[in-house]
Amino acid sequence: MEIDRTKGEVWVFAEQEDGVLSDVPRELLGKGRELADTLGVKLAAVLMGAGVEPLSKELFEAGADKVHLVDDPALKVFRSKAYRHAFVELIKECGPQIVIFGATHMGRDLAPAVASQLGCGLTADCTELQIGEFTDKRGACQGAEPKVVPGVLQQIRPAFGGNIIATIVNPYNWPQMATVREGVMKPLERMPGRTGELVKHDSKLDGVEIPVEVLEIVRRHSSINLKGSRIIVAGGAGVGSKENFKLLHDLADALGGAVGGSRAAVDLGYCEHERQIGQTGVTVRPALFISCGISGAVQHLAGMQDSAKIIAINTDKDAPVFKIAHYGIVGDLNVVIPKMIKAIKG
Amino acid sequence: MKTLNTGREGGYNCVVCIKQVPDTKKVSGDAMKADGTINRAALPAIFNPEDKNALEAALSVKERYGGTVTAIAMGLPAACEILREALMCGADRAYLVTDRKAAGSDTLATSYILSCAVKRFKPDLVFCGRQAIDGDTAQTGPQIAEKIDFAAVTYLEKIDMEGDYAIVTRDIGTGVETDKVKLPALFTVTEKFGELRPLNVRRVMKYKNADLKPAAEFEAGDTSAAAIGQLSCDDIGAVPERCGFAGSPTNVAKIVSVVLAGGDYKEVEPTDEGVKALVDELVADHTIG
Repeated sequence: MEIDRTKGEVWVFAEQEDGVLSDVPRELLGKGRELADTLGVKLAAVLMGAGVEPLSKELFEAGADKVHLVDDPALKVFRSKAYRHAFVELIKECGPQIVIFGATHMGRDLAPAVASQLGCGLTADCTELQIGEFTDKRGACQGAEPKVVPGVLQQIRPAFGGNIIATIVNPYNWPQMATVREGVMKPLERMPGRTGELVKHDSKLDGVEIPVEVLEIVRRHSSINLKGSRIIVAGGAGVGSKENFKLLHDLADALGGAVGGSRAAVDLGYCEHERQIGQTGVTVRPALFISCGISGAVQHLAGMQDSAKIIAINTDKDAPVFKIAHYGIVGDLNVVIPKMIKAIKG
Repeated sequence: MKTLNTGREGGYNCVVCIKQVPDTKKVSGDAMKADGTINRAALPAIFNPEDKNALEAALSVKERYGGTVTAIAMGLPAACEILREALMCGADRAYLVTDRKAAGSDTLATSYILSCAVKRFKPDLVFCGRQAIDGDTAQTGPQIAEKIDFAAVTYLEKIDMEGDYAIVTRDIGTGVETDKVKLPALFTVTEKFGELRPLNVRRVMKYKNADLKPAAEFEAGDTSAAAIGQLSCDDIGAVPERCGFAGSPTNVAKIVSVVLAGGDYKEVEPTDEGVKALVDELVADHTIG
């Protein structure tokens, strides 16, 4: 089937939990807006759940032209098969050209299942998406002219432990699908009063057996939102004292970021346990991670090495953290951080 | 919550999908080719870390409730090394799907081939690592489940069995969820499940030289022999148009090596000028500001 790319909408999955949208749908709509405008098509959010219609207002204000709503008690909590089934039916019915999901636990569960059922490509954990042409050289060795496909979604992601950046395309299978890292895309400014078209769909779940029953959900409640932060400033034992840790807060404030710590910093009482980053703490992958006085135990690195950019500040030039850093500053954080704050504010 | 330990008669047939991966933590300059692609041969090949947790999950189910554990890998014959390791840790049987037709498979084609292999063993439970460190996609597990119509449960941290159901704890990012899952089911396992048990010395002696043997021949003979069953795409009924390049919708359009990788970071002087230049660079590429 020849795909008419000029008509299909750009979709983002507006994941919600307990009737609350996280920052992720807003981020996806920010990027989705750009893609849809480039292609000259509508941007739609896919909203699934039970009693979640009021959230559509937030999605319009975040940039969606349209909200495809699937409201069904069976979709109250996320269950892979129920969401997958409803999502696939929706895609078959509406024919979007691009579908993007957050690379959250939910998105990384749902998106592969949807792609598998539809037999289409999916690129995980993208850090950038753009529209461009793809030159297919596969026939070229037999003397054929390379084929140029316009308006293709270029899905850009780090791979191989962050050692390469790959651009992936799936120009022949429809729709083009990707998951996008949390905290990487920029949401639009909220546009109060902006409205759009709400389209209600049937879940088509009648008679579909869902093999999973959710017995209990225990949410981790925390006022510290490391996962959702684009920028994280983290400290380790090398910070030296709780007082010095305040410097990290100052830097984070200047950048609009959050403060995290290594296990050593938590154990030494420099920062709260909720701020712990690493294998036994939270895993983060912000756009920018500034590591201050952290030597870089493997367990800590596991929780932050997927950050898009890493700046390491350490007095020990042989600290393992420099192995995964993109920028390294060998020096005293008490000297370097004030210089950074000055440069940012200047 | 009370511990459920009821299981069922005959236990559970478990399949674990494991992968041999290049150790991406050890990527250095030598491992990058001039064209920006990776020279996989220059990297040590290891047992994908979370696949070890998946194997532990299967072995723990067998230990508590009885049944079998079959390890499956897809790849080149060199991947026998991790299959031997699985046997040494307690897996009952090991199989390698190895076929030129599988070369160039993306996650969709890989999950198709593995789903064909998994079906051959008619498991009750399938365990996969959450993701492999060479691609970090976390797609293959959920896609295998979809293809064989198994319940799919991602980010498994704990499992107990109760008849034809599994009672599981999974990480949902914003918290922890307890599910009752009807078998058959596939689970993707994270490191939080717990470390793989150590090698068993007697099994090490038995399996240290285990090598490939065509699966049919292996199964027709003494199945307690120290061998690894070899399967081709034909053997598992995987049709060529859904394998390898032919079955892969995604194309790699471009690859750029990250020049700063492997300790080769950009050095910033701890001076006013150095720090300012760094901040300017981050503003220019929209990382900050």
